[in-house]
Amino acid sequence: MTLVSGWGRFPVVDTDLVRPRSFPAVGEAFAGASGVARGNGRAYGDAGIGLARTVDMTAFDRVRSFDPDTGRIRLEAGMLLSDIIDTFGPRGFLPFVVPGTRFVTVGGAIAADVHGKNHHCEGGFGRYVDGILLRTGQGETIELSRDENADVFRATVGGMGLTGVILEATMRLRRVETGWIRERVIPAANLRDAVTALDGGDSSTYSVAWIDCVATGENLGRSLIYLGEHARADELPADAAPFSRGRDPRLSVPVDLPSLTLNRYSVRAFNELYYRMGARRAGGSHLVSIFPYFFPLDGVGAWNRIYGRRGFLQHQCVIPQTGAREVLGEILERIARRGDASFLAVLKKLGEGDGLMSFPLPGYTLALDFPMTPSILPFLDELDRLVVAAGGRLYLAKDARQSRATFEAGYPALQRFNGIRRSLDPDGKIRSRLSQRLLDEVRP
Amino acid sequence: MTTRKIALVLGASSDIGRATARAFARAGWDIQLAGRDVAALEPDVADLRARYAVDVGVHRFDVLDTASFASFVAGLAALPDAVISIVGLLGVQDTAQSDLGHAATIMRSNYEGPALILGLFAEKFLARGSGTIVGVSSVAGDRGRASNYVYGSAKAGFSAFLSGLRARASRGGVQIVTVKPGFVRTRMTEGMKLIGPLTVEASVAGDAILDAVQRRRDVVYVSEKWRLVMLIIKLLPEAVFKKLRF
Repeated sequence: MTLVSGWGRFPVVDTDLVRPRSFPAVGEAFAGASGVARGNGRAYGDAGIGLARTVDMTAFDRVRSFDPDTGRIRLEAGMLLSDIIDTFGPRGFLPFVVPGTRFVTVGGAIAADVHGKNHHCEGGFGRYVDGILLRTGQGETIELSRDENADVFRATVGGMGLTGVILEATMRLRRVETGWIRERVIPAANLRDAVTALDGGDSSTYSVAWIDCVATGENLGRSLIYLGEHARADELPADAAPFSRGRDPRLSVPVDLPSLTLNRYSVRAFNELYYRMGARRAGGSHLVSIFPYFFPLDGVGAWNRIYGRRGFLQHQCVIPQTGAREVLGEILERIARRGDASFLAVLKKLGEGDGLMSFPLPGYTLALDFPMTPSILPFLDELDRLVVAAGGRLYLAKDARQSRATFEAGYPALQRFNGIRRSLDPDGKIRSRLSQRLLDEVRP
Repeated sequence: MTTRKIALVLGASSDIGRATARAFARAGWDIQLAGRDVAALEPDVADLRARYAVDVGVHRFDVLDTASFASFVAGLAALPDAVISIVGLLGVQDTAQSDLGHAATIMRSNYEGPALILGLFAEKFLARGSGTIVGVSSVAGDRGRASNYVYGSAKAGFSAFLSGLRARASRGGVQIVTVKPGFVRTRMTEGMKLIGPLTVEASVAGDAILDAVQRRRDVVYVSEKWRLVMLIIKLLPEAVFKKLRF
């Protein structure tokens, strides 16, 4: 048995961790035990931990085929997005959708239907997936697409790995001329300005706001908004390499830092500096490499250790467009009042979700990190009540603690999803800690 | 007719083999993969072609079947520019202590087979006046330890063979590289207790092998920390060393 956790390092669970190297071995991994597939372990909570057995899929990292004329690629689901970017970026292709870290597997990205800074106009990861090879709990291997087993396809995109093991996928890559982004930074003095700036950025391919959660009063919601477009080759200076390979993190957090390192004073000082530096860059546009633009935290290896041994929780909700500003303001105010401010707070506009259980809905998503302490749990329950009242929901890939009631209120397709699971997996072989906590039918 | 250089990878289905083939293909080499199970290598052939748009071939090669080596070399469509042997077998030390057959298999897989096939390529390369030979040996060959001396002694023999071959071949324009990986997270080390800071991913080992060839190095520790660790282990007096159980 092995102690396993998600990226947030809470909860830590004893599980039978196996790493198969062939598809038959994936089947054997589910013999005699219920479990779930795990990608690179970047889900924050308990989504990638099996009930009894956890099946590490990272050995499956081969490309099956690639068509350089269309950008269509077939690959094994354990391949990392960083590998796709390093391999196909220099050939002029990138994934259409990338989340905030490139160290996730394709299988994980499909299972969580991850979104990027372009969700408001281009949709989520699943929108660019055209085929999935799925191994069900019954041991059948079936091909899914929008035409073939369409209901299972829609349940698998965003289905948190609970319809079966994603073995392979066919997806489309985006043709790009360079590995650079033309970025524009807009400072926003408060939440109203931030929301207005994000709404104004609807036509930008990429947009995201970084919120200073320590700012209070009339500065509440003070943000920097980052808009971006892929840079064309003719926009680069003559001496710039069109594509540089992503470097491994130069800095790494080697040990768990004492929990005191992050306190309201250090975070306040950091945020003040961060806002001022960003505001100075405001105005015209400039070029940044895709790596710091899309993956600012990938530059620091194992950054999850800065929260110490107890780990941390991320609370990521989406609030429907109508009335979102008031609810977001209320959430930010409570966080500022509480004081153990989030190190990171990201505000982003989302569009329609693609999968049955996909997180996105048209509105704003707010993501906040909190160090794990006993008092944080009731506090987050209060935030959940605001989210539910506003018709919003929480992101399962980040979640480690929401209640069944919160979950059921946010995901109205749950009954249909569980019906599909039952038909694919009558014996309940595919189960994760997350499914046990939130989805599985409780048997007497 | 391609003008790209050709790298032949022996033991290509291992994790370091896959990583090495990718590193060379990324650098623009055509790749020939060789291993016992050709069917199992087909997905790797497709992977390399799709990723790097290079020419890739596959050959059956069994390191224990030394009688087949001459025909294996003769059967290659072209003599490669570099041959990289990643073949090896850790085995089970406890078993090898009493099971002579298992001990012999470990010795033959890590010394006899790799030395003979690379020796054969060395003659061809010397006749041509160019070529690079990479032997993946082990830090375990630097000093025999209680926990793995059957494996370690075979690797020591392989390292000595490469050392002598290098001294002879360097005058003939042929480069011989000895690679000592240290701890690498692979199928071979799965379940072993590895020391985090001394452990690297297979992709790091693959990149290090390519780098050693490009920079014409002689003896490479994949992580330089191992050079120091092994220096200390080699310097321990036997009276102290024999009391250690690692």
